[in-house]
Amino acid sequence: MRDPRWLDDEQAGRHVRPYAITGGRTRHSQHHFTLITLIVSRHDHEYEHDHLEPESMAILAMCRDRAVAVAEIAGQLDLPVSVVKVLCGDLLNAELIIVQSPPELSEQPSVELIERVMDGIRQL
Amino acid sequence: MPTALKILIAGGFGVGKTTMVGSVSEVAPLETEERITAASVGVDDLAGIERKTSTTVAMDFGRITISPELVLYLFGTPGQDRFWFMWDDLSSGALGAVVLADTRRLDASFASIDFFEARDIPFAVGVNCFDGRREATAEQVRQALDLDPATPVVLCDVRERASSKEVLLAVLDAARRQAESRLATAAGA
Repeated sequence: MRDPRWLDDEQAGRHVRPYAITGGRTRHSQHHFTLITLIVSRHDHEYEHDHLEPESMAILAMCRDRAVAVAEIAGQLDLPVSVVKVLCGDLLNAELIIVQSPPELSEQPSVELIERVMDGIRQL
Repeated sequence: MPTALKILIAGGFGVGKTTMVGSVSEVAPLETEERITAASVGVDDLAGIERKTSTTVAMDFGRITISPELVLYLFGTPGQDRFWFMWDDLSSGALGAVVLADTRRLDASFASIDFFEARDIPFAVGVNCFDGRREATAEQVRQALDLDPATPVVLCDVRERASSKEVLLAVLDAARRQAESRLATAAGA
């Protein structure tokens, strides 16, 4: 018989509070990520990362085949965006990922870039 | 490594933002959330003391791969939450924005329109005509919303990919005109 004091997975929700994964940090002290900063795992690290949190391992696995945005990682792993940013900052420090930031805010989009996007939309 | 760009899809609750993301995205819309802290003045609070309110803002997004070098992300802003404006990362650096409007509740789009106008973010208004009912003309909507004559207004049905594409192209057209006028100003200076 099931012990009524125990909740099943669905009732229990998250087992770990999200900011416990980051050691309580809500932002990374060195790196700034945006929602659309792209992340790619570095292929030259195939060995096991025993010291990493499961969430960090999941990020490395997700970003192995293509560049994935921070927002996408957060959505797929069901983590708050700020938690993903902290974890990615640590992965960057450990040289396990490479990142591509979106164009600078001061750098306004060119007519040429906008037209390339328009062509892409037309072809959908 | 590609470059990522984004377009926001704003508008009132239930106006079809998620539907629009889904109709053009190459992946099913995903949801992501962020905790933000906002200073707020309680309405019931006679002393009008400012307090910090912590709130979780959720929005959904989709992805369109334009080319191996360009990826466009669409972000549907939270419908009822007036705090999404505080989420700087969401609004900053957008190529442009769609304001989806419903003719029965045009006032629900005022806040978004003010927001994009104040920040010079190019936008287009998409009037979502559910079930193909066109209860107003684009011109009537333009007048009711007191829009700049240059702001595109598109009657659309965002369940249809072709229609959503048309709205996105209107936003990009507004962005292109802004980029062109910036060039002209720079050349004239």
